[in-house]
Amino acid sequence: MSNDDEAILEVKGLKVGIEDTPILKGIDLRIPKGEIHAIMGRNGSGKTTTANVIMGHPAYDIEEGEILLDGENLQEMEPWERSRQGVFLSFQYPQSIPGLQVGNFLRKSVSSVRGEEAARGSDFRVKLNQAMEELDIPKSFLSRYVNDGFSGGEKKRFEILQLMLLQPRLAVLDETDSGLDIDGIRTVAKGINSVVKGTENGALIITHYSRILEHVNPDRVHVMIGGKIVASGGPSLAILLEDNGYDWLEEQIAKGADFQ
Amino acid sequence: MSEGSEARDAVGDYKAGWHDPENSTIRFDFGLSEKVVRDISQIKNEPEWMTEIRVKAYRHFVERPMPTWGNTEELMEIDFDKVCYFLKSSEGIGSSWDDVPEDIRNTFDRLGIPEAEQKWLSGVTTQYESETVYHSIREDLEKQGVIFLDMDSGLREHEDIVKKYFGSVIPYSDNKFSALNTAVWSGGSFIYVPKGVHVEMPVQAYFRINAKNMGQFERTLIIADEGSSIHYVEGCTAPTYSTDSLHSAVVELLALPGAHIRYTTVQNWSNNVYNLVTKRGVAHENAKIEWVDGNIGSKLTMKYPAVILKGEGSHAEVISVAYAGSGQHQDAGAKVHHMASNTTSNILSKSISKDGGRGSYRGMAKVMPKAENCRMNIVCDALILDEESRTDTYPTMEIANSTAHCEHEASVSKVGDEQLFYLMSRGHTEAEALGMIVNGFFEPFTRELPMEYAVELNKLMSLEMEGSIG
Ligand SMILES: Nc1ncnc2c1ncn2[C@@H]1O[C@H](COP(=O)(O)OP(=O)(O)O)[C@@H](O)[C@H]1O
Ligand SMILES: [Mg+2]
Repeated sequence: MSNDDEAILEVKGLKVGIEDTPILKGIDLRIPKGEIHAIMGRNGSGKTTTANVIMGHPAYDIEEGEILLDGENLQEMEPWERSRQGVFLSFQYPQSIPGLQVGNFLRKSVSSVRGEEAARGSDFRVKLNQAMEELDIPKSFLSRYVNDGFSGGEKKRFEILQLMLLQPRLAVLDETDSGLDIDGIRTVAKGINSVVKGTENGALIITHYSRILEHVNPDRVHVMIGGKIVASGGPSLAILLEDNGYDWLEEQIAKGADFQ
Repeated sequence: MSEGSEARDAVGDYKAGWHDPENSTIRFDFGLSEKVVRDISQIKNEPEWMTEIRVKAYRHFVERPMPTWGNTEELMEIDFDKVCYFLKSSEGIGSSWDDVPEDIRNTFDRLGIPEAEQKWLSGVTTQYESETVYHSIREDLEKQGVIFLDMDSGLREHEDIVKKYFGSVIPYSDNKFSALNTAVWSGGSFIYVPKGVHVEMPVQAYFRINAKNMGQFERTLIIADEGSSIHYVEGCTAPTYSTDSLHSAVVELLALPGAHIRYTTVQNWSNNVYNLVTKRGVAHENAKIEWVDGNIGSKLTMKYPAVILKGEGSHAEVISVAYAGSGQHQDAGAKVHHMASNTTSNILSKSISKDGGRGSYRGMAKVMPKAENCRMNIVCDALILDEESRTDTYPTMEIANSTAHCEHEASVSKVGDEQLFYLMSRGHTEAEALGMIVNGFFEPFTRELPMEYAVELNKLMSLEMEGSIG
């Protein structure tokens, strides 16, 4: 591996378990500045675990390996410290917080992550309005409670709204496309692109399907099976996978094909 | 409760826990007797009939056993001989803050009362120990005939009204503590709103206990005449002492036909105060009574704001929230009696228990046989923050008319690790995240509060959450 300092995210030999059950069995991943990577995999392959561990979920045990953001080890950092350091996670299942108003929450989050200045006054409001417009989110949304009674699509848009306001160094998006229709996917992809494209920021997009990838054009695609990355390649790998399925891929690997 | 006052002299996490040196002008010895009761009445120069009620109430108090519900163990710990039943700290009642003794004025300054008065209140009354020390009402309201006085002045200046209604909603024999209050009451508010008058901005009462082992027994009577409306807000704090104080108020509300009374309480007594309060309102035809009742402080609170729906078409609304932290038991709830047809009631109770605290909901909902087509809706939600803490619900319903429509829902939840993780991933520390969840849980209550109170309450709860995170 060359030039460690040029990577936004570097995951090295990561082994993770939960209550003595191994889930991730040695993950290596490197996202250079300005790149978008994708992880594809079946249910239960360890994608959400990867995302959670990058964000610092306390339930998992890191048995081996390390996670570096801009060369800095995240190991000892709490989730909120990682967030302030520039990690963002768009949740597969966003949590609802009854009674906590969206508008209030967004302002507080921006203040925590990007500093009080960024959350103050008209500048914040202008950015908020812009982002909401881009995502087709109505104004009335701001007085609703965080994810409380949101439809699946609303939850995903809200995750992207937060992404756009928090402007992270590294955006990890866990199945943000699932449950969205074509228009929804296009809108969400627009949001992701606005944060990453033409910047030095990076993104890790976790997905089942190649559809969203058509709109965000990842630099690299990784396939995760059973807690390991078994194949990596260009965007064409996603299409190959979509056309032939995971079983086919596993067979190919068993036959000795190398997708690394 | 200005920003500045928070930073100063905090006692533990409780921000109102400081005390002033005691400069009393009259202080009774500890303990209760018929003589104490008569002396209080005499000092106040009361009419004979009031002295008589006091004495009757005292006798009833002595005979009446302690309640057998609530927290019987803690109730038994109250030593009525170690309470000071009357303490006067100021000569007369100031109508300008300059007339209030300096140390007392400073106390209320630190609590932010004069500031709030200027900004958003129609009138203010502040009670320090047994008596009211400051009182004001906006002139325009006075011109419209609104009476807003401390209860002692109310009795002196409007004896006829007081005589008619005093004890009419809550007789002294209602319970042991209403008897105690009737025997030794001092201070509190007396309000009369004339027909058709709408008091737009809230009036506020603030109760402060300063001395050790103090008993505060204010008595409040609010009469809203036909078609009138008023919003009354009360707050309370006390210093933190290692010995206990006793607060036992009686509040009577009368909403005459078409009137609307909203009574908001944010109770933040220090954790050495027993808060045993009886609150009840009678709603006549098409009248509406709302209790918005928040219990954050005290050692033990037993309080169940009640509404008697006496007139057809009347409505009751009770929103009660409680926070029980370490060493606290909040036994709160609501009572509604549907006496007349087409009456409606909503009860929402929310409690949070943390660090071994205990929250209970105790509710009583009754529909009388002759009351047709009544509707009631009761929702109780409890949030438990750790394994040591506890929550219980004791709902009672007596429905004697088959046309009644009743709904009851109860839930107990815990703060989820996934919820915390979600909020922490947005840059919020664990304590901040917990504060957001807790404030969100109380939101149905906070949104009913005047803005200034809502902001204060959110800050208070956030501070409470900071204490415990390791
Ligand atoms: N909190 C957890 N407790 C127990 N097992 C878990 C937990 N999280 C994930 N797992 C297990 O780890 C494996 C990978 O799960 P996950 O990372 O959610 O997969 P994916 O997101 O790819 O569907 C699954 O077998 C799942 O059951
Ligand atoms: Mg998943």
